[in-house]
Amino acid sequence: MAKFRLPKNSKIARGKTIDVSDGTKNAKTFKVYRWDPDSGENPRTDLYTIDLDKCGPMVLDAIIYIKNEIDPSLTFRRSCREGICGSCAMNIDGTNTLACTKSIKSVKKDISIYPLPHMQVRKDLVPDLNNFYKQYASVKPWLQSKTKAPEKKERLQSKQERAKVDGLYECILCACCSTSCPSYWWNSDKYLGPATLLQSYRWLVDSRDDATDERLDELEGPFKLFRCHTIMNCTNSCPKGLNPAKAISEIKKMMVARGN
Amino acid sequence: MDKTPLSPHLQVYRPQLTSVLSITHRATGVVLSVAGTAIILYWLIATALGADTYSEAKQILGSLPAKIVLFGWTGAFYYHLLNGIRHLLWDSGWGLDLPTAYKTGYGVLIFSILLSISTWAYVLQKAVS
Repeated sequence: MAKFRLPKNSKIARGKTIDVSDGTKNAKTFKVYRWDPDSGENPRTDLYTIDLDKCGPMVLDAIIYIKNEIDPSLTFRRSCREGICGSCAMNIDGTNTLACTKSIKSVKKDISIYPLPHMQVRKDLVPDLNNFYKQYASVKPWLQSKTKAPEKKERLQSKQERAKVDGLYECILCACCSTSCPSYWWNSDKYLGPATLLQSYRWLVDSRDDATDERLDELEGPFKLFRCHTIMNCTNSCPKGLNPAKAISEIKKMMVARGN
Repeated sequence: MDKTPLSPHLQVYRPQLTSVLSITHRATGVVLSVAGTAIILYWLIATALGADTYSEAKQILGSLPAKIVLFGWTGAFYYHLLNGIRHLLWDSGWGLDLPTAYKTGYGVLIFSILLSISTWAYVLQKAVS
């Protein structure tokens, strides 16, 4: 049964207010979720007001600025700073996206920043992604071929066959889509979620893969695939502009087409 | 329970047209079955019990508050019907790109209001004449 309210230890208190903007006109306030595993306290939201002239244009620049200049204990994941690694996925201004590709100017008011929704928090903006990765591994995201690999050359595809994985292979597994999905919030232990299902479809349509039937067998049952109710928050949040809802729908069609 | 906190979800996620229409579909489904069954049962029982209870039920169901509830039920009916068609189209693979999903979403909202109003305009006009 879905629990709509936060557990007691997860209720969010009001935290510190820190203003280092020096009264500049170009000030911006960031409301940032903080939780320290060593403190024994509940999570809180700190307010940081900074001078945007002193920091880069993206939300990631702002939180790096806060970490460097105000509070070095602020903890978050980041790596490539250009939307290709998926590390800095978080909930910014109410929707999941990558901090590095979300411009500060795109939000008119104060910007609130939370970890990806409905996840166990390890520290501040760092969610535990173990279950997410385990689900990804469960769809065996690699080529399963029953034929011998051709000697000294690749397994070839026609242009049309190759085109089928466009819009799928670009997924960076940032988990924005899965953690935007209410169905995944309530059933992340049993429902695989949009990111993993899009990855599954990436192998289901690959002309070189021979394990289609086995892969579909794995997705049978009421939960793994069919907990998708076409809410479409996934597609709405994908920072790479991909369409997990469409991929899931295609898997459902494959299920129907092969019968039982 | 895990010792680490659960990050906020419903509390912070901005309502999306996608998710709002989805939960509305479920809510209207519940309203249709629960309220619809209750109303029809009440009317049937009142009818079965005789002329007095029937005319009383007729009066109650014809009152303004009951009409407002019934109008709401009509709205839920058209919303659920049209959005159900939208779901059927999705299941056939059509309309899952974001621009189309938004267009059909707004379309469902507008048409369920228009159809509810025209149904009631028709019924009330018939009742008067």
